[in-house]
Amino acid sequence: MTGRGGTLAVYVLLAAVAFALWRLGLALWSVLEAGLLAMTPLALAAVGECLNEKAGVVNIGLEGIFLLSAVTGVWTAEAFGSGAVGLVGGALTGALLGLGLGALSVYGRADQVIAGMGLNIAALGLVPFLLIGLWAFPGIHLFAPELTVPRLHTPLVQISPVTILAVLVALGAHLVLHRTVLGFRIRAVGEAPEAADASGIRVERLRLFTSTLGGALAGVAGAFLPLGWFGGLVKEISAGRGFIALGCVVFAGLEPLLALGAAFLFGFAEGVAFAVAITPGVKERVPFYFVNMLPYVTTLLVVTVAIGQRRFPRTVGRPYARE
Amino acid sequence: MPRFARSIVDSATALLVGLVCGGVLMRAFGYQPMAAYRALVVGAFGSVPDLLETLAFATPLALTALTFSVGVRAGLFNIGAEGQVYVGALGAAFVGGSVLLPPGAHLVAVTCAAMACGAAWALLPALLRIWRGVHEVISTIMANWIAFFLTTYVAVTFLGEPGRAERTRPVWPTARFPVLTEDASLTAVAFVALGLCLLVYTYLWGTRAGYELRLVGSNPDAARYAGVRTRRVVVASFLLGGMSAGLAGGSQVFGRPPAWSLYATLGNVATLGFDGIGVALVGRNHPLGGLLSAILFGALQHGGRYMEYQAGVVSELVRAITGLVVVALAVPELWRLIWRRR
Repeated sequence: MTGRGGTLAVYVLLAAVAFALWRLGLALWSVLEAGLLAMTPLALAAVGECLNEKAGVVNIGLEGIFLLSAVTGVWTAEAFGSGAVGLVGGALTGALLGLGLGALSVYGRADQVIAGMGLNIAALGLVPFLLIGLWAFPGIHLFAPELTVPRLHTPLVQISPVTILAVLVALGAHLVLHRTVLGFRIRAVGEAPEAADASGIRVERLRLFTSTLGGALAGVAGAFLPLGWFGGLVKEISAGRGFIALGCVVFAGLEPLLALGAAFLFGFAEGVAFAVAITPGVKERVPFYFVNMLPYVTTLLVVTVAIGQRRFPRTVGRPYARE
Repeated sequence: MPRFARSIVDSATALLVGLVCGGVLMRAFGYQPMAAYRALVVGAFGSVPDLLETLAFATPLALTALTFSVGVRAGLFNIGAEGQVYVGALGAAFVGGSVLLPPGAHLVAVTCAAMACGAAWALLPALLRIWRGVHEVISTIMANWIAFFLTTYVAVTFLGEPGRAERTRPVWPTARFPVLTEDASLTAVAFVALGLCLLVYTYLWGTRAGYELRLVGSNPDAARYAGVRTRRVVVASFLLGGMSAGLAGGSQVFGRPPAWSLYATLGNVATLGFDGIGVALVGRNHPLGGLLSAILFGALQHGGRYMEYQAGVVSELVRAITGLVVVALAVPELWRLIWRRR
């Protein structure tokens, strides 16, 4: 399948969805609003992971970073009485986890897929433990509504400032990757670490940097889930979104701008699910089980259609050792 | 030192790392780690019924660990056991609760239904992998979530017990594996699970097809050069894994009192698939190692409940420890350092 064919298929899909929405009687604006919120965490995490994989490191643990930074994000937000500080707390948590995982991969020469999966499993158990340990209540924590990150009101939809940040991050990552020396070095380290090493680039240090940066972005995304979107914390808050973000990365072939597009697509699917679930007259007609499946089915379909035309760096997922 | 002894030491050290980290976490939040761990051990092995209960917890874990291991042996990272467990349990609930069959045949039918449903669900990522090259980490996770909603939908809408919306109709007595003792939930389904593990072990190390599967996993280039049909191996690995995971799900329906049914929240089968990944890695992706490791993790889960009751530490901490063990096992340099010192 050519790139043009894939893009065409995506547009046809979008048109079909828009038509279905119109038939169901849903307001497009409410879908768009929910879609932009759903896009934000996916875009942040996917763009960070694009840079990371360009440098040759894979982070399967995005889901675990989402979960843990959601908890620490809410905790810092409460400690400092500000949702924005909570996002910073999430970023720090993510950066720390990214740094740790990166160090294991780069210096420990760990199996990156297994280490990342270990992080996911650990987070799955740590979150209920932390919920009890921090707030003494099992499985769920509701925080003061003032702590949510306020949204900007535009004539048509409300937009979270984090959404704008996500778009800017994607643009910035694209420019850095293709227009700067740093971006050139990142790509070199992923494609030909031996050559990069010989030309004086510190392979290990650069990979550690992208891993930390990717972790930090995933951390903002994780803290955004409760603070910028749901207004509460439950123990399964990420619900597979870390893996959907990985799906965006695969779809995008590691291009940040395409990853943003993919995140919008998946976010839109989730926005539809959300809008259907809350719109009276519609939610009775469509079983919510099927509505909830929509983001996952979309991910599977889009990845299936888009893959095959993508090329990944030569050393992605493999540690580098100087001969 | 022989290789198997070395891998036992590796796994034990990783486990120790996990337990120490868990202890530090408990201490940080004001619990008593030693008291908690003592409760865990006593809860898991303190009496014969506890020991049997530990085995009842170990049974499905051995099967989902097998799913992951058969994948890794073929070079695949199949983390789809979770969804295959759901669908297998659904098949078991349908054939066990809605179909009438004579005693012996009904047991065979539910067992086969669970395995067939699990295998069918595993076919999707297998085909996406060989036709489109979709990486199984993404396809299986998406399949897990789709399975979750599909299974709850079918269970609630078509199989629900009248008057009790929280679960499916219990399976008929003809479709229940005999309970071994009064005071533990271990049933004869454990022997079926053991049989499947041994069968897969024989397949992998005793047959030509099994050799080809391991060859694809350990050296894909050599396998292709030797004329192994890689696509067939991928499908075989997924189907075997799906069968095993499906049986794990079914075993909680037709082989585990007191429910004998599938809960609408999937509460009695959820997380079995994910836990299997840790079990398999600690068992070094070997069907027999997986059995031992399953008993260990069964003990952690059963003992974890007692720990929660005695020391007030949420039993989910056991899963956090599992994750840390997996991270520790992923780092070969750690092990190389330890072995160089000796």
